[in-house]
Amino acid sequence: MNKNFIEIKNVSKYFGNVKAVDDVSFSINQGEFFSLLGPSGCGKTTLLRLLAGFEHPSKGQVFIDGSEVTSVAPNLRPTNMVFQNYAIFPHLNVRKNIEFGMRKENLTKEEMEDRVGEVLNLVKLQGYEERYSNQLSGGQRQRVALARALIKRPKVLLLDEPLGALDKKLRDEMQIELRNLQKQVGITFVFVTHDQGESISMSDRVAVMNEGKIKQISEPHDLYYNPQNIFVSDFIGTTNFLSAQTLSKDGDLIYVSIENIGQFKLNNKLSIGENTNDVTCSIRPESIELSSEPIQNKELKMHGKIVNTSYYGELTTFHVVIEGIKNPLIVSSQRYDHKSFLSNNCYIGINLEDINLLTNE
Amino acid sequence: MNFTKNKMLYGYVILYFTFLYVPVMFLPLFSFNDGMHMAFPIKGFTLDHYEEMWSASKLHAALWNSIYVGITASLSATFLAFLAAKAFTKYKFRGQIFTYGAILTPFLIPEIILAVSLLVIWINIGLPLGLTPIIIGHTLFCVPFCMIILISRMEGFDKNLEEAARDLGEGVLGTFYRVTLPILLPGLIASFLLGFVLSFDEFLIAMFLAGSDQTLPVYMWGQLRFARRLPHVLALGAVIIVGTTLIVMLAYWLRNLGQPQEKKNLTIDI
Repeated sequence: MNKNFIEIKNVSKYFGNVKAVDDVSFSINQGEFFSLLGPSGCGKTTLLRLLAGFEHPSKGQVFIDGSEVTSVAPNLRPTNMVFQNYAIFPHLNVRKNIEFGMRKENLTKEEMEDRVGEVLNLVKLQGYEERYSNQLSGGQRQRVALARALIKRPKVLLLDEPLGALDKKLRDEMQIELRNLQKQVGITFVFVTHDQGESISMSDRVAVMNEGKIKQISEPHDLYYNPQNIFVSDFIGTTNFLSAQTLSKDGDLIYVSIENIGQFKLNNKLSIGENTNDVTCSIRPESIELSSEPIQNKELKMHGKIVNTSYYGELTTFHVVIEGIKNPLIVSSQRYDHKSFLSNNCYIGINLEDINLLTNE
Repeated sequence: MNFTKNKMLYGYVILYFTFLYVPVMFLPLFSFNDGMHMAFPIKGFTLDHYEEMWSASKLHAALWNSIYVGITASLSATFLAFLAAKAFTKYKFRGQIFTYGAILTPFLIPEIILAVSLLVIWINIGLPLGLTPIIIGHTLFCVPFCMIILISRMEGFDKNLEEAARDLGEGVLGTFYRVTLPILLPGLIASFLLGFVLSFDEFLIAMFLAGSDQTLPVYMWGQLRFARRLPHVLALGAVIIVGTTLIVMLAYWLRNLGQPQEKKNLTIDI
């Protein structure tokens, strides 16, 4: 497997004064399911279009499988794209849509039929060959778009928010199907989405983008539990932020004073310097234990009052006010027993290793 | 509200269509009348006027002139209008509204002014009058109409389709021939047909710039001076009404061909 199958080196893309992509460098492995995640306008789609060749970088270079493609036209690249609106040719039926890109391959009639059959089978769309785009559902159109791209056997498949137009249930099914499909064909997938849940559940690695820059590239689990900055921590899932200051270091650990709660010795994964004022502690709602009894086995123990309870079925979210802490803490628990809390009094406990220390940038 | 049950509205519609179509219907009616005058009572049915029309050799020349001018002017106008419509629907640029207005001007200024200015310019250049200046004038006159039709067709054009074609290996030309052209073809044909009808019917510009090469409307105008020739002009008029109506209907049908149902317009947008 090639580690640097796609290489993006110091790429910037300006539209007038807007920096859509701002000096970005990273690489994607061969056969990887790689997601570009970020809010709208973060530059993820522009980055995808730079890979497809619809845009060319203002600065920097792009390599795919060892060859520079920085200014190569889209029709001469080993990439194919699934468009957000699928862009099925309305004047051609499903079969002609799928065969569209094969004109220059000079296949015999039998070879062509085999290839079409193969991809139709792959996307489970047999029997729809004669239909036109307006006779297909959203999910079926997406399958045509996938088949049309996959028949070209591209080195890289680019997907621009392909699940955005589908309803929730179909989207969940397609997530699993897309992932399985990717494993089956072994093609490198670059997947653009603004849906953090989608990217986390499908990808091998995720690049989180904001304002044209990459904020973090990690495996989904790391992204969630080891965010490298406040943006990522905030964008992925829900989290609690507490303001803090660092004091002195003790080896890999560092003493930190958290709001008005006290001083604690925390992991310093990001190697933040001593005596820094603007730091933030991030704690996931599900790492906080909630109980009606005083908690024994946690390093950080506090007493609070529940001010709000939201029941979501598999989880319940509690808002807990604690004296000395500015914002209520969000705590999520699988238990729904708020009636056992006497006049909403509760105890919470946190393991210090579940606290992520971040800088405010 | 049930439309047919509302008597006021029903009456209005009948009145409206009466005023609109009865005068026009007199032409075909009297073209079959066995008499020299356009007056009641009708004396009898005859096809003589049509025979007489068909045997007029000057009319044949005028007809071919009109067809030649119509096709040439409409092709040029559709081509130019296509470029303009492409620019307006694909890009946002500085001065867009001004440019749009400027292209529409020939449609808005009185035709006689357009005709006189063209005549003055053409004579000052020192070129002979004839079909060439008429073609140029008609192209100018048709571009706004063609552009409006094409814009309405191209506004919904998904530019991702062109990108998809590029992505699937086609170059710029291949993309145009395999995707853009087939999708826009009905609109282009509709634009051409409408341009043709406009040019075919146009009188003032043709009148001023014709010299000795008459188009059909100019020929008809000339014939009206002779009372004896009136009936065969009526016959000719009847044929032209039927012909143009068919072409406009075809253009309308083509323009909506392949459009999603909810997008279909009832009008031809002019």
